[in-house]
Amino acid sequence: MSPAMPRHTPLYSQHLASGAKLVNFAGWAMPIHYGSQVEEHHQVRRDAGLFDVSHMVVLDVLGADAQAFLRRLLANDVARLRDPGKALYSCMLDASGGVIDDLIVYFVRDGEYRLVVNAATRDKDLAWIRRQAAGEAVTIRERDDLAMLAVQGPQARDKTFAALGEGLAPAMDLPPFHAVECGPLFVARTGYTGEDGFEIILPAAQAPALWDALLAAGVAPAGLGARDTLRLEAGMNLYGQDMDESTSPLVSGLAWTVAFEPAERDFIGRAALQAERERGPAQRLVGLLLEGRGVLRAHQRVFTDAGEGEITSGGFSPTLGRAIALARVPAAAGEQGEVEIRGKRLPVRRVEYPFVRHGRACIA
Amino acid sequence: MTPIPSELPLELKYTKTHEWVRDEGDGSVTVGITDHAQALLGDMVYIELPDPGDALEAGEECAVVESVKAASDVYAPVTGVVIDVNGDLEEAPETVNRDPYGDGWLFHMKLEDPAELDGLLDAEAYAEMIAEEE
Repeated sequence: MSPAMPRHTPLYSQHLASGAKLVNFAGWAMPIHYGSQVEEHHQVRRDAGLFDVSHMVVLDVLGADAQAFLRRLLANDVARLRDPGKALYSCMLDASGGVIDDLIVYFVRDGEYRLVVNAATRDKDLAWIRRQAAGEAVTIRERDDLAMLAVQGPQARDKTFAALGEGLAPAMDLPPFHAVECGPLFVARTGYTGEDGFEIILPAAQAPALWDALLAAGVAPAGLGARDTLRLEAGMNLYGQDMDESTSPLVSGLAWTVAFEPAERDFIGRAALQAERERGPAQRLVGLLLEGRGVLRAHQRVFTDAGEGEITSGGFSPTLGRAIALARVPAAAGEQGEVEIRGKRLPVRRVEYPFVRHGRACIA
Repeated sequence: MTPIPSELPLELKYTKTHEWVRDEGDGSVTVGITDHAQALLGDMVYIELPDPGDALEAGEECAVVESVKAASDVYAPVTGVVIDVNGDLEEAPETVNRDPYGDGWLFHMKLEDPAELDGLLDAEAYAEMIAEEE
C-alpha cells in the first residue's frame, strides 16, 4: 500500500508550473499529462518531449564481486558488457523463472555497475537483491540523492546539446544503449519510447535547472500517459502488466533477453527456464491489431484457433490511429482471432511488433 | 490541445452521471457529457453511439466514450427514442474534449414524458455535486 501522502520528485514545482495533472503512481505524485496526452505523444514522435522519471530506482552495485554477483542475479549476462558505459536490458528472475522485475544495467567501470529498476517494485527488488548479495563482496547503494529525466524524440539529442552546450561534449558521439559521465550528469542514450534520445541521471538539486533549460530549448513536458502509449507502440513490455512473477520471460516476449550461453553460467531461474524451453513454452506474447473500430484494453479475452488468451497491454495508438495490444496467447495460435469487448467479439490480427519505431508505422 | 474551460451552461439540465440535457422545446432533447466529465476522462479516442430508433429507459447504458485512459458508459438521462446521433464523432471523437456542450453532442432523443426533465439537476445543483466530489 502506498502512503497516504505521495512523495514529490525534485521536479514537483516544475510540474505544477507546467499545468500537470498529478496522480499517485507507486507512492509518487507524478504527472499523467500536462493537458493532452495525445499531443504529448505526437510531440515525442515528431519533435522532443521531456519526462520526469525520478520515481525510478537507481541502485549502484559496487565491489570486487560485482560482476560475478550480477551474472548470477540477472537472466541476461553482464559479461557481455565489455566497454565502460555499455547498457543491457535484463529480467531478474526467481528460482521458478518468474520475473521479479525488468531493469537496465550499465557497466560503469570494473567493480561498478548501475541498475535502474521500477518504482512499483522497489521494496521487493531491494529485499531480493540484498538477500542474494549476503556474503558476497558487493555493496548495494540506493541512490535516492539522484533524479532522472528522459528527453525523447527525433530532435531530443539536438535540443539537449543546445540546452547544455559544452557540458555535454562527452555524449556527442555516444552510440545507442551506451552511457557516459558528463561531469555530474550520467547521460545514457536509452529510453522507453522507440525514439532516439537520452536518459539523464543527475544530483536531485540540479534537476530543476536542467528541466528549465530543456524547456527553454524547446523540449515540451510529457506525462506518464504518453509514456505508456509510446512504449506500447514501441512494443516494450511494462512490468506488472505484460510480465510478473507468475510468467517467465519465454511467455512474455523476452526470450531474447535471456543469455543461455555460456552454459556454465548459473543464473537464478536458469533450470526452470531451460526445462520450459525444452518442453516448448505453452504461450507467447504477440502483437494484435483490431481490424475495426474500438479500443483494445488490458485483460480483454482473446479467442484463437488454439484456445483462449488475454490482452496484457492495450490501447489506442495515436500514431496509427487504431487500437493495438500485446496479448499472451497459446503458442500454436494462428494469425486471426477475436477479442471480446463489452460482450461482443471483434476480429483482431496478429502482427509483428514494434508497431511504431522512429516515428514510422512498422505494420501494414 | 488544452480544453477551453467553460462555465456550466445555465440553460442545461444535468445528471449525477455527468450527462447534460438540452430541452429543444419541441418534446426532444440533445444529450452530451459535461466538460467536467471529459476533463476527467482525458483525450477521447473512440465513441460508440446508440442507433436512431433505439428506445431507451432513463438510467440505461446507451453509449460508450473511450478515452486514452478508459472506457466510460453514458446513461440515458430520460426515457424516450433516439432520433439522431452525432456521426461526426466517428472520425473526430476529440470534438467531445474541445466543445462538450456544442459540436461534441452525442445524441438527440424524443421524450416520452417532458415532465421527466424536472427531475434532473440544474446547473447550480450539478456544480455543487462536482465541488463535493473534489
